[in-house]
Amino acid sequence: MLIERKWKKWLYFYLPMAVFILFTLFPFYWMAVTALRPDHELYRTWRQASATPFWTLEPTLEHFRGLLQTTAFPKWLWNTMLIALVSTVISLICGMFAGYALARLKFRGSEFLGTAIFVTYLVPQTLLFIPLADIIRDLHLGNTPWALMLTYPTFLIPFCTWLLMGYFKTIPKELEECARIDGATRFGAMVRIIFPVAIPGILSAGIFAFTLSWNEFIYALIFMSSADLKTVPVGVVSELIRGDIFFWGQLMAGALLGSIPVALVYSFFVEYYVTGLTGSVKG
Amino acid sequence: MGAGSAAGAALPAEHVRVSRLTRLLESEKLLASVLLVPGLAILLIFIAYPFVMALWYSLTSIRVGDPGQFVGLANFTKAWNDTIFQTAFKNTVFYTFWATIFKLALGMWLALLLNRTFRFKRIIRASMLLPFIVPTVLSAFAWRWMFDPTFSVMNWVLYHSGVITDRLPFLSDGDWAMWCAVLVNTWRGMPFFAITLLAGLQTISPDLHEAAALDGANAWNRFWHVTWPLLLPVTLVVVVFSVIQTFSDFQLIYVLTGGGPANSTHLIATYAYQVGVASGLLGEGAALSLFMFPVLFAVVWIQLRFMKRMEGA
Repeated sequence: MLIERKWKKWLYFYLPMAVFILFTLFPFYWMAVTALRPDHELYRTWRQASATPFWTLEPTLEHFRGLLQTTAFPKWLWNTMLIALVSTVISLICGMFAGYALARLKFRGSEFLGTAIFVTYLVPQTLLFIPLADIIRDLHLGNTPWALMLTYPTFLIPFCTWLLMGYFKTIPKELEECARIDGATRFGAMVRIIFPVAIPGILSAGIFAFTLSWNEFIYALIFMSSADLKTVPVGVVSELIRGDIFFWGQLMAGALLGSIPVALVYSFFVEYYVTGLTGSVKG
Repeated sequence: MGAGSAAGAALPAEHVRVSRLTRLLESEKLLASVLLVPGLAILLIFIAYPFVMALWYSLTSIRVGDPGQFVGLANFTKAWNDTIFQTAFKNTVFYTFWATIFKLALGMWLALLLNRTFRFKRIIRASMLLPFIVPTVLSAFAWRWMFDPTFSVMNWVLYHSGVITDRLPFLSDGDWAMWCAVLVNTWRGMPFFAITLLAGLQTISPDLHEAAALDGANAWNRFWHVTWPLLLPVTLVVVVFSVIQTFSDFQLIYVLTGGGPANSTHLIATYAYQVGVASGLLGEGAALSLFMFPVLFAVVWIQLRFMKRMEGA
């Protein structure tokens, strides 16, 4: 029934798809071209003629070199990686535990707690950053990676809990019951039976948590003041613009290098991500 | 803890302790509280507590280095009469409304396209997600560069193809800048809509479409009467998340315009940052960001009501 004429397929499929691809990917292409262009080609005004508007004949790594040698960019990259990893691990552990409790255990107030955790996901960082900055200072966490490692889980745990709760619910109860008959404790059955089966769900929650922490901006902007302790998004904003001058070549080189790690994580796990999401949508 | 019971067999005393612990953990209630404590502790300390503090701050004249005093609703009335805040509020509603509409429409369209079979499907699907996963701050810089008043590639293309004779004021005019922000937000959020709706589409049995097609329904009718109703629950969840993220957005405007020109493109969050952090007026800043709360609360309430109804049905 879905046999279409050729021109129809071009009009309704290839053409819109091409526009979508162009719209989605052009900014990244432009990022790369800008990062590789020498300065004299970069600052060519919108009226000026150009034989090679969309590429360059003199690609240079000068901006990358400048970024890596004159700024603390490698440090920022390392900070971001470490903070994203630690907060992802913390959130996954909390989310796995809480998700299991809410999906499988009967106790009073479980429904209320589930709703309460869900609601916290909907409290945005921008509502809390002012008092939170004081709390962080009072706990002597200001300007340490822990300020971010402990606050990022606030928006990751609710998400992980809900995604994993949905996933755990799709796992048949019989699996656990068999293990329990064989003498496993509840806790043991959870760790050795349920968690391994839920690995696709755990991975997709982890990927999502990792990218969200990698992307976080406002807490990192407010809690970290030393240049050496910044994350990539904050470092790029605060150190690559001096006064009113934007170092566009370095900025785009930084944007590119700062995006590649998350893009890699994603490309490896995108299938897991989609299946994990499908599981939670169904559940 | 589970592994402890095997190791404990060699040490009787240890064994007794471990087995008592495991026996205690056999109680569903106790195990549940043990499992919930770590997550809840973090949420209480870093969400519930600051939220209460934000409420308190908003009622005082606290600033950096000065605890201030109780001022009642003065911060709220001041904000209400502040023309910058009024603009920021309007902008936030405008930005959320249009960006959500575009993200939903384009995301749905993209999901329907991606749901078909075609060559290079996996790599195209994966690359379509890029705008969503790359840090917003970094991609917003790429857009800012493309919107640059002097070096904009878009002005270059439009000028040299004869469409315009003078450059377009992408970010140098308040109205233009808000539409640019909507565009960038749509660009960033559309893949999330598309991929989530795609996941929903894949759960719809093709038989339903076959049946509808046999009854003579055309493509639009099949979408409207089969796909759309079945996707509605997923759609609602995505829209709610997106509305909350967009309404409370900060990074995109911070990078793209910084609230300018002349404070005409502030969102509530960026203005609260400017007042609360940049100027150090913590009380006023807290009050400003609390203006987001009623709207967010209403959205969450609708979502919860809907979820209850779905469970009941």
